[in-house]
Amino acid sequence: MTAERKLVVVASGLRQPSSTRLLADRLAAAAAEELARLGVAPAVEVVELRDHAHDVVNNLLTGFPPAELAPVIDAVTGADGLIAVSPIFTASYSGLFKSFVDLLPEGSLAGKPVLIGATGGTARHSLALEHAMRPLFAYLRSVVVPTAVFAAPEDWGGDEGGGALDRRIQRAAAELAAEVARREPAKPADPFALTTSFEDLLSGE
Amino acid sequence: MQFGIFTVGDVTPDPTTGTTPSEHDRIMAMVRIALKAEEVGLDVFATGEHHNPPFVPSSPTIMLGYIAARTDRLLLSTATTLITTNDPVKIAEDYAMLQHLAGGRVDLMLGRGNTGPVYPWFGQDIRNGIPLAIENYALLHKLWREDVVDWKGRFRTPLQSFTSTPRPLDGVPPFVWHGSIRSPEIAEQAAYYGDGFFANHIFWPKEHTQRMVGLYRERFAHYGHGSADQAIVGLGGQVFMRRNSQDAVREFRPYFDVAPVYGHGPSLEDFMRETPLTVGSPQQVIDRTLSFREYVGDYQRQLFLMDHAGLPLKTVLEQLDLLGEEVVPVLRKEFAANRPAHVPDAPTHASLVAAAASAPAETGAAR
Repeated sequence: MTAERKLVVVASGLRQPSSTRLLADRLAAAAAEELARLGVAPAVEVVELRDHAHDVVNNLLTGFPPAELAPVIDAVTGADGLIAVSPIFTASYSGLFKSFVDLLPEGSLAGKPVLIGATGGTARHSLALEHAMRPLFAYLRSVVVPTAVFAAPEDWGGDEGGGALDRRIQRAAAELAAEVARREPAKPADPFALTTSFEDLLSGE
Repeated sequence: MQFGIFTVGDVTPDPTTGTTPSEHDRIMAMVRIALKAEEVGLDVFATGEHHNPPFVPSSPTIMLGYIAARTDRLLLSTATTLITTNDPVKIAEDYAMLQHLAGGRVDLMLGRGNTGPVYPWFGQDIRNGIPLAIENYALLHKLWREDVVDWKGRFRTPLQSFTSTPRPLDGVPPFVWHGSIRSPEIAEQAAYYGDGFFANHIFWPKEHTQRMVGLYRERFAHYGHGSADQAIVGLGGQVFMRRNSQDAVREFRPYFDVAPVYGHGPSLEDFMRETPLTVGSPQQVIDRTLSFREYVGDYQRQLFLMDHAGLPLKTVLEQLDLLGEEVVPVLRKEFAANRPAHVPDAPTHASLVAAAASAPAETGAAR
């Protein structure tokens, strides 16, 4: 195996156990397996936003991440590939999910491979992935893989639904792994780095 | 080392009584607080500049001029003067005038302000925040050092054979600090000119301050103004004290819980852990303040925020008694101990005049 790549999984389910987390874990396992197949060693870190909900709000109010949230933000922005899974609430991703995304430094997800997934109480919510979640990451200039994975209650049930979900997971995971494997390892962004010389600042460049 | 206070000048209801001071009450309270600062032996009083309610200090030089007339020793400063939206010509003139009236007891801290809408009120655009700070200061720097200025820039009408009056007192411009929370360009600007750098420090984790001061020191040395530990650093701080720390926490909590900036967010305990805020006994304030040196090195100026969030004037004056009588004398002694001899004090008018007299003539030099 060659260099390691890091997959970070963000799940914003609120219940425990959570079907959102269940889907996130299935996507992560499949993506890790695909990466290994491509000769890349996968490392997987899972973030449950519920655990950081108060810190997310505090960061929105104070403008800086509390001590326990800062490494989570660093992990997401420093990931080689991101798996983002939210429950669909009222026609879109959850408010907690969006609040967390709002905290990420500008440009920090640009060019990053992202696999989007969602869960919902009925399959009628599935296109929220395409009309809400995909445009969000398009705005952030992420590279969102073509297959988005929605899991409805029937997908967790009988053989028929479960088989279809498995196939979507496999296809999406393979797409993500291919994007991750062909990139150099991500470098963490440093918001305090000086990027312009003073001469350029003075001349208005 | 210099110790003092800086004020935002907010009019905030006292959450424990529901009373809100009038603008007049607040303005006179700011003056009273400044006079008290001199009375208890502090070195510096700095006022913010704001052009929107609930803040009152829109005209810092008028307020500082009045305070100058009623004090003898206090150094008058700002936190911050808006270098982005004020005309640098007017800053040059106003602060030179203040310098004359105050007998040189003046320096100023430049910043970009805390609200976007202020830019269009003064004909500017927030998207030019950093370029405005860079260009306007380049002009201000020149106006104070060259008697006759020809100048052309992007943001204001050109100047031809212009002389800003009065000329700085004794031919020595006021010392300038550049204030910032997390813009590396501003640390770079301070380093380039060999000016002071003031890290806001309050309301933010110490890691921000540490990174920004580290960058400023490194670049200060790069531009040849001295070694990194000779750069001129100031820090903010926020404290509330009672002799007994539980009393301090009990009294300050209702103000903290609903304060602008951080209210309705993290708990007082969380915020004390994650920012330099210290609520407790004078000894706790001493210990915490001394710890700042561990991550910024020996520094030159420490300003405390004492009068925001609706605290009544009486309480603020009590705080200043504790600060002046019990905290600052110990801090002066402790900070002086182990301070290397080659680390300078913050420049004052007297030290700048002396330096100018001993330096070979370099009139009109770019920096």
